[in-house]
Amino acid sequence: MMSLFLLVLGLALVTYLPRLVPLLWLKELALPAYMKRFLSFIPYAVLASLIFPGILSSTTTASSALFGGVVATVLAVFRVNLVIVVIGAVIGVYGFQTIL
Amino acid sequence: MATSVQPTPSASPQPTFRAGLRAGVPIAIGYIPIAIAFGLLAQSFNLPNAITLSMSFFIFAGASQFITIQLLMNGSMYWEIILTTFILNSRHFLMSASLSQRIETTSQKLLAAIAFGVTDETFSIASIRKETRSGVFVFGLNTIAFLAWNVGTWMGVFLAFGLPDALQASMGIALYAMFIGLLVPSLTTRPVFIVASAAIVIQAILHWGVSPFFPISDGIRIIVATITAAGIGAILFKEEEVA
Repeated sequence: MMSLFLLVLGLALVTYLPRLVPLLWLKELALPAYMKRFLSFIPYAVLASLIFPGILSSTTTASSALFGGVVATVLAVFRVNLVIVVIGAVIGVYGFQTIL
Repeated sequence: MATSVQPTPSASPQPTFRAGLRAGVPIAIGYIPIAIAFGLLAQSFNLPNAITLSMSFFIFAGASQFITIQLLMNGSMYWEIILTTFILNSRHFLMSASLSQRIETTSQKLLAAIAFGVTDETFSIASIRKETRSGVFVFGLNTIAFLAWNVGTWMGVFLAFGLPDALQASMGIALYAMFIGLLVPSLTTRPVFIVASAAIVIQAILHWGVSPFFPISDGIRIIVATITAAGIGAILFKEEEVA
């Protein structure tokens, strides 16, 4: 029990450090322009990398996941509220799995 | 684009914190069923409740908490678990680096508190919203995500029942739908479209071309695809103001 708790603290530490170091110390540095451009692209690169191929194994079948992805994309194109995008995709997958 | 040139009305901290809480609702919807599943999984392996709950409280990183339980049950050594978690979560280094350039707050204490809550999901919202220049907004966003994750874990551990199977399976799409909802509206500018497409192509190559022969963890794949795609963007689009 004690050693498990020490493991949790160790895991907390190696999880927290990569989150902490750049926020505390990168702010103070004057970064070169290319570095700023690089960092400004990170959000879009991360989002795309997170979506694909992870989405394919997010539900029980790749086809229902793809259907959910399409529903989310269509809703997102119309710029509806993010909560609606999320709920719409869940209902889409649920419907797809229930009907097929 | 993400950061618009609107002048920021110097909002008092209170409404901005609440705006952050509201902005995090889609994350909460996605986190609760996953956290319940985490609590249930830990229960099914007879992990002590105090350990399960403190994982969600102190670590607050979904994927690595699941993998930790898996590795514990396989009888992995502690240092292996710690190394795996470090590799898996080092992608947050990139996210914090990106946030460090957006958040204008300089309070070290607030930045340290924000850092604890940097996850794929909180980052994805924080990096798209213009309110992110206020650290208090990001803190609100991270707070609701943290609460949802912990409440879900408690529910899994103590209520010991999950959502009906069919619904649980459908909820798996929730966070991906959120990522899509955040990315798609930004794809109207050419640099963003090309960077996102590059990331997907690289992921596909790594997943189907490289992984079968030379196993790479999900965390490493995400890091490689992100750095390469953002690097391509930084090289190709020198003149444009991108974000």
